Amino acid sequence: MPDLPRSSPLGDIHVALGATFTDFAGWSMPVKYSSDLAEHHAVRTAAGIFDISHMGEISVRGARAGEFLDATLAGRLSALELMQAKYTLLLNERGGVVDDLIVYRNGADEYLVVANASNREVVAKALTSAATSFDLAVTDVSDGIALIAVQGPRAQEIVEKTVGLDIVPGQASLAEVRYYRATAATFNERNVFIGRTGYTGEDGFELYVDVRDAAALWSALTVAGAPLGLVPAGLACRDTLRLEAGMPLYGHELGTDLLPEQAGLGRVVALAKDVDFPGRAAVEAGAPEGARVLVGLVAEGRRAGRAGYAVVATDGTPVGEITSGALSPTLGHPIALAYVDPDSSAVGTQLAIDVRGSRIPATVTTLPFYSRKK
Amino acid sequence: MPDLTTLHYTTEHEWIAVDGDVATVGITDFAADKLGDVVFVELPEVGGQVTGGTVVGEIESTKSVGELYAPVDGEVVETNDTVVDDPSLVNSDPFGAGWLVKVRFTALPDGLLDHDAYTALVGE
Repeated sequence: MPDLPRSSPLGDIHVALGATFTDFAGWSMPVKYSSDLAEHHAVRTAAGIFDISHMGEISVRGARAGEFLDATLAGRLSALELMQAKYTLLLNERGGVVDDLIVYRNGADEYLVVANASNREVVAKALTSAATSFDLAVTDVSDGIALIAVQGPRAQEIVEKTVGLDIVPGQASLAEVRYYRATAATFNERNVFIGRTGYTGEDGFELYVDVRDAAALWSALTVAGAPLGLVPAGLACRDTLRLEAGMPLYGHELGTDLLPEQAGLGRVVALAKDVDFPGRAAVEAGAPEGARVLVGLVAEGRRAGRAGYAVVATDGTPVGEITSGALSPTLGHPIALAYVDPDSSAVGTQLAIDVRGSRIPATVTTLPFYSRKK
Repeated sequence: MPDLTTLHYTTEHEWIAVDGDVATVGITDFAADKLGDVVFVELPEVGGQVTGGTVVGEIESTKSVGELYAPVDGEVVETNDTVVDDPSLVNSDPFGAGWLVKVRFTALPDGLLDHDAYTALVGE
């Protein structure tokens, strides 16, 4: 039987909305509904609603769950408070990044590990095999969960106004939930887990909902949001939004041959914790001398460097390669993330991008390219 | 917008409107939609010679780069400066204000598609 791409629990809604689909990590997901630029601007100025149900969710339950995650992932997850989230990494023994993850502590003895769609199985397997000595339940719960993100300056107002979505008594209100914290609600008498997290550089929420309620919740959110400027938003604008926000994408800026410090994620690895974990020794040993590091590049004009394009010094010597690039819809000029030689990585360094034979001047800049006004 | 049934089409998703010995060339709505929002257009120099089937320009969207092929041999007699200034015209009016180049030609190549054949090609 051929491997047909999987459809999201919200697939019918996307078809009805006229979405264009793309295959992404084995899933058929909306790439855009109308115009990816319009969707991008809507998220920056009002709000967008994204279906990211392809993400993987793995539940880890047991009295030693925190201790186990400390010994398996790069961060100190045992220190998370109830309903707090943390960005972390799963490393291999060479210190390379197997996946980047968000981990929520959603119960005293329970954590939810959120993995990229392409890495769901490898993460689930790594956690399951590591868990044997900890007496834990590690369960891939992805197939039962749909994930809807509402992102943008109007996100809180929209989620608050959504009819039928009620915060569980005693849990934080949406106004009270801080960034990288979570709260719990009910919808159709079933639980919805809501994190104040996202991948766009805007304020926003990610709602983990039972697949049986996904379509109804999407509809309720859009009914509440449409008068406030909420639009359905696809993966195309999700990519330009995260790029402007300087956020890495697995397979582009992160990979099994790249150490966290090369990606500027050294701070994510909790070397202060008193426990061994995969990749620790390699991270402590450090990247080899001359290993390339991730930088942001800005250029003038409208021709953008793309993933795979060479970055060269002003004399034409190759110094690196672009991993993601686009004409920034918000800023109006080309931006790119690139791995370059350390001696070409200082902010302000003048470099050039080889755009299909022509050399476009580019300057190393600080990340992110865009930050929202707080 | 021209009558789409009077146009010629290529398998590279370009359309050609013939007026005497001048071919006006653009990309189809199907191609524009596949590219996504066009943000940059590079066109050949006016006065230059182009060879059918070769790349003469670029059409970039937020997420990808498309190449513009010359559908005929000939001389570029005009390019659309308006679309260079406002590439979104390729999406909003691909058969009208989003035209790209005009080429003076001596003969149309074999293998161009008519409207029925093109719509069959793209499955619409």
